[in-house]
Amino acid sequence: MQHISVTVDGTVCESEVEPRTLLVHWLREGLGKVGTVVGCDTSNCGACTILVDGQSVKSCSMLAVQADGCKVTTIQGLSTGDDWHPVQTAFKECHGLQCGYCTPGMVMSTVDLLSENPNPTEEEIREGIHGNLCRCTGYHNIVKSVQYAAELMGGTK
Amino acid sequence: MTEILDSTAAIGRPLRRKEDAKLLHGRTNWTDNIQLPGTLHMALVRSPMAHARITKVDLSGALAQPNVVAAYDAASLGDLNAGVPCVWPVTDDTVMPPFPALTGDKVRHVGDVVALVLATDAASAEDAIAHVDVEYEPLDAVINMVDAVSPGSELVHGDAANNTCYVYDLGGGYEDALAKHPDAVVVKRRFVNQRLVPAFMEPRAIVAAPMGMSEEITIWSATQVPHILRVLLTLVTGIPEQNLRVIAPDVGGGFGGKLQCYREEILCTQLAKKLGRPVKWTETRSEDMVATHHGRDQIQDIELACTPDGKMIGLKVDLLANMGGYLQIITPGIPLLGMFMYPAIYKMDAYQFQCTGVFTNTTPTDAYRGAGRPEATYAIERIVDEMAAELGMEPMAFRTKNWIQHHEFPFTTVAGLTYDTGNYEAATAKAMEMFGYEELRAEQKARRESGDPVQLGIGISTFTEMCGLAPSRTLGALKYAAGGWEHCTIRLLPTGKVELVTGTSPHGQGHETAWSQIAGDILGIPVDDIDVIHSDTGRAPYGMDTYGSRSLAVGGQAIKRAADRLIENARPIAAHQLECAADDLEFANGSFTVKGDPEKTVTLGALAWAAFSAHDLPEGVEPMINGEATVDPEDFSYPHGTHLAAMEVDTETGKVRVRKYVCVDDVGNQINPMIVEGQVHGGVAQGIGQALYEGVEYDEDGNMLTASLADYLIPSAADLPSFETGTTVTPSTTHSLGTKGVGEAGAIASTPAIINGIVDALRPMGVNDVLMPASPQNVWRAIQAAKGGAA
Repeated sequence: MQHISVTVDGTVCESEVEPRTLLVHWLREGLGKVGTVVGCDTSNCGACTILVDGQSVKSCSMLAVQADGCKVTTIQGLSTGDDWHPVQTAFKECHGLQCGYCTPGMVMSTVDLLSENPNPTEEEIREGIHGNLCRCTGYHNIVKSVQYAAELMGGTK
Repeated sequence: MTEILDSTAAIGRPLRRKEDAKLLHGRTNWTDNIQLPGTLHMALVRSPMAHARITKVDLSGALAQPNVVAAYDAASLGDLNAGVPCVWPVTDDTVMPPFPALTGDKVRHVGDVVALVLATDAASAEDAIAHVDVEYEPLDAVINMVDAVSPGSELVHGDAANNTCYVYDLGGGYEDALAKHPDAVVVKRRFVNQRLVPAFMEPRAIVAAPMGMSEEITIWSATQVPHILRVLLTLVTGIPEQNLRVIAPDVGGGFGGKLQCYREEILCTQLAKKLGRPVKWTETRSEDMVATHHGRDQIQDIELACTPDGKMIGLKVDLLANMGGYLQIITPGIPLLGMFMYPAIYKMDAYQFQCTGVFTNTTPTDAYRGAGRPEATYAIERIVDEMAAELGMEPMAFRTKNWIQHHEFPFTTVAGLTYDTGNYEAATAKAMEMFGYEELRAEQKARRESGDPVQLGIGISTFTEMCGLAPSRTLGALKYAAGGWEHCTIRLLPTGKVELVTGTSPHGQGHETAWSQIAGDILGIPVDDIDVIHSDTGRAPYGMDTYGSRSLAVGGQAIKRAADRLIENARPIAAHQLECAADDLEFANGSFTVKGDPEKTVTLGALAWAAFSAHDLPEGVEPMINGEATVDPEDFSYPHGTHLAAMEVDTETGKVRVRKYVCVDDVGNQINPMIVEGQVHGGVAQGIGQALYEGVEYDEDGNMLTASLADYLIPSAADLPSFETGTTVTPSTTHSLGTKGVGEAGAIASTPAIINGIVDALRPMGVNDVLMPASPQNVWRAIQAAKGGAA
């Protein structure tokens, strides 16, 4: 077992973990951060995407021990209480989700995408979220959600 | 961007969804989130071989592993090793082989389950299955359907005479009709509707737990069908029905893949009861790819005959349908859901259909979005294009000449269905205008003339389908075991709020919002004051769940009737309070008002408290205001539409691009157009997935070569275009809200539109078919074959 200290959604979390434990499993089973979900076992689907030190990461492709000392933000820490992050608002307004299983990862990828490129074109959006699979929406309204989020966050296009 | 919406007139408005707040904040309750004290985690020993005799199972190595509590094979599970049910034997002599939860004699597909291990944590269970020692004696794997029905083939089920599950022969006078037309033009084709994986994003998960305070066992499962699952679990396990409660918590997609009574659900239930502890199982994606049922997988021989001037005479269809290694809930029936749809929107004199169900050493097939109708629609829309080419007719003109005209409804098709309404002309005209049909045809001509290496094709799909499977007596006539009704109870609570209990079981569709809109409008109550209760046999005891685009088409009618009844049940109390005759009251906007005296009025909310306190009720009126209804519809629902795809095909590389996709769907009246549009988007995307990207591949030994999301390509955002959607509204006359189903329409329509577009682009080169998925390789091969080169 190895000791780790990770700041998760603003709270410092100390834990003893098996070295083989994936970050996503530690978040879900160790901390009860079940808003972040697992959709595959080959790092293709992106449902488990979180931010680690502000960068989007598929939390199934990182070990919990690798997150030692890092600052992790999950979907549950994106906004507090009844507040809505602009990306969350945009997804609701544009019907950018149906079953909602890909949504935590899709939202976190969008946050990262817009932080790097506040005014993405449709093509840049499609390329930017191509690591996040959705089976319900056909992506049409996800693209619109990202565009609307950019607008809400002060982008100019 | 945000509209201010008047929630008192909710039907027809794009209300944002009630469901979204929890989903967007990660405050969901997926089954895998459930962690009960004392849980045992189940891991399954799956066969690495497609076909083999099991000669030894030794559990002792696994039992010696840390944290392992128990392990079972078929023998040691004994009487608890119940069978997976199939409820749709389509003929009297359908072969129904045993499908035990743990197989004991042979394995019949990669992923078949031989043994299980229970441990106090998931990782220990997963580690321990490597220590179960199974020895196999390999047998020849039966993978290809054509081989499977050839004489002398190895048998998937050894005690059967051959690998045929059934032969369903509808008959039909195609040959007789053809004989009357010696000058008939006949086009024959063999189409391959390849095998697909549902690939819902939330993997299946189950928790079964004895509840202690009673004999109850609660089963949480990521299922589309909690009510059906409860009945089937009781039938196969013998656990009394009243002791089983099935809950589908938040469920992340289904597309038919969670319409099932899976072996894992049976095992968790049996083991929780036997051991008196919660038992949990969550599949990995790699397990899902081999263990969750697959869809499609038909070889379609289809023949269309026309007069030389382009009037359809008749259609003959002969299918080989892959059942896989076992029969699951409605495996044999899937092709029959397509049987009715081959004649589609067209008028003809004769239709002949035969289907042979075939066992192979592959994962069982069953419902996947559209279930039989996408296969039928693909074949008919493809051969219609081929016939138009043969006749030298413009493909849309050929369709127009043969389809049912809007003034001919209701129309009974040659397959025996009576379509209530439709307007193919209107949907097509609108789609062609949005598409810029004539301009694109002109561009196509120019590109052909200039010899552009990137050719343009226009793909057409003018489809209809049957959904909202009902009435029950029709399902009975088809030998389907269940009914087609739906239930709703609406309870007016003392404070004027409403609980709407539905038997539908949403897993992403947005029923909570849409059902609130229907009841809110009828009752005159704000949608936010209505709570929709569903997917729990304890809280919503009556229902037939969600599949086959039935939830609005069938369930919506139950909501309407229940709401109407609630108003009638409140009327005597209102009359008593307003001191008038019940007939003197009119109900609007949530209030009863005396006709001609608008001052004398009382709200439903006030009546709710009056009923609750019951201090002053009229004689004989019970202190309760609710409405309850179980509706068995008159008929299926028949949405239709016209989908058009502009396909660019690089003739040098075989790479294709969807340049433009336009669809106009007619789903009748719309409760929430935003949700309707979203359903169309998702369906279209899945249909494009089949056309361009997806397909299960097996090697000759039955290993699935596409057994992960790294190998099975479900489209990403970068693989799809935006869609241009439109609607026409031709209300259904057999459904009380005038609505039709929408859940599967997109997936049914889009696949042939894409392939027809690719073939249309390449037809001058001599190409008349492309195998799906139309990968660059498959398209390039089709071009080379047409050139006469090595393909």
